[in-house]
Amino acid sequence: MSGGSIIIFILNIFGALIIAILGILVGLFYKGIDRKLAAMLQSRVGPPIRQPFLDFFKLMIKENIVPENAIPWVFNGAPVLALVSTVTILFYIPFGPIPALLGDSGDLILIAYLLAIPAIALVAGGFSSGSTYASIGAQREMVLMMSYELPLVTTIIGLGWRLNLAYPGLKVFSLAALSTNPIWGLVGPLGFLGALLLLLTLVIVTPAELSIVPFDIPEAETELAGGVLVEYSGRNLALFELSNAVKMIVMGTLTIALFFPYNIAHLLSITGFFAYIINILFFFFKLFIVIFFEATLIRVALARLKIDQASTAYLIFLSATSLMGLLLIAIDYII
Amino acid sequence: MKLDKYLDRSLWVFHLNTGSCNGCDIEIVALLTPRYDVERFGIKLVGSPKHADVLLVTGPVNRKMLPRLKLVYEQTPDPKAVIVVGTCGSSGGVFYDSYNIVGPVDKHIPVDVYVPGCPIRPEAIINGVLKAWLKLERLRGFSGVEIEKKIEEVNA
Repeated sequence: MSGGSIIIFILNIFGALIIAILGILVGLFYKGIDRKLAAMLQSRVGPPIRQPFLDFFKLMIKENIVPENAIPWVFNGAPVLALVSTVTILFYIPFGPIPALLGDSGDLILIAYLLAIPAIALVAGGFSSGSTYASIGAQREMVLMMSYELPLVTTIIGLGWRLNLAYPGLKVFSLAALSTNPIWGLVGPLGFLGALLLLLTLVIVTPAELSIVPFDIPEAETELAGGVLVEYSGRNLALFELSNAVKMIVMGTLTIALFFPYNIAHLLSITGFFAYIINILFFFFKLFIVIFFEATLIRVALARLKIDQASTAYLIFLSATSLMGLLLIAIDYII
Repeated sequence: MKLDKYLDRSLWVFHLNTGSCNGCDIEIVALLTPRYDVERFGIKLVGSPKHADVLLVTGPVNRKMLPRLKLVYEQTPDPKAVIVVGTCGSSGGVFYDSYNIVGPVDKHIPVDVYVPGCPIRPEAIINGVLKAWLKLERLRGFSGVEIEKKIEEVNA
């Protein structure tokens, strides 16, 4: 290894640490905003915005109970795996004007796989905790996961495929390429409609990824007493809460990078360092808007579905929607 | 048992019915409505005793529920507080001395706060949770005077 590559390696490690810490802080902050907004939509006062931080620290000092008939290494390992895989996604996603740390070495396909790992960790943790409630929750989580993968992947493939037709030879699945050439500029009116359908698909897949109402069937507090998380307490539960908070900004950032990668500074004719700051602030504003529509509004407006309804909604209706979007983009290209 | 200042701003509550008539349970659910909105104090109703900090126990304890009551108490991770909601749980109420009742609750598990009433007003439950919070403060090593000052602050 030469001297330069060692320096890059060390810089990457420091960058990864900073991104992980910032990601967790921003995730908890947005979770607080989400809870406050949800409360205000229900005409309540709601918890203070720092509430997720308080919850996290409280859970860290609570007793950590491992059930007698659990498999301890899977039971304790699952929350760590969930958090680590979610934080890893942050290294591959560009945050508005800030390019991704490891953007060259991973693309959208990798992110799609990494997004599945927290769900798998939940399933493993649920099955290993030796509770019947948790097993039912884990089975539902598996069904849900298999249902929403197809529409999600169709969206990703659709965007990549259209980009490949426009610029052959580009690394089409890299998020840098996708966010410099947003889909809206590549397509005509029909394709615009198709892209809207793909956006709708991503927005509806997000609540299931975050396991919030109406797709929180694996955790259903009123029927399953917390479902997959029923046996988790203390530190392990805190780690799951963290990974969920980080996943929220991951899904928001992914939506922004794929569909709204626009910056505002050049419109205001600001340049230099100040433009960078403005762009970052604008990115956080976009993240706020996206999370409001992807998570808060949906979870306040709708009630929980049954697992068969959710599975049908994803496997049939949403898959049809995304395939229709793909078809419209294809027709748009042929015409 | 290490107590922390974060605990009293984020109390998660588990609700256990040990044979109540459902009157107190309805009042507990009323706490979550926009009118009372306990989430502004960080109080959240959770579905599993493993997630809880505070047990809200309603009802006189009947024979069938006794093992479950003990189990749920043991499943709640430390530090924890127990609040008995309603007259039945506090003393037995109208069921006092019945053949199928083994209560009241404090005969079987340690109870920190009693909220009497049949049924209780939601304000009384909020006050009870506040008292439980003060108990946790006392465990943290605050003296009586400091706690009095805190009560003043909360009331103001």
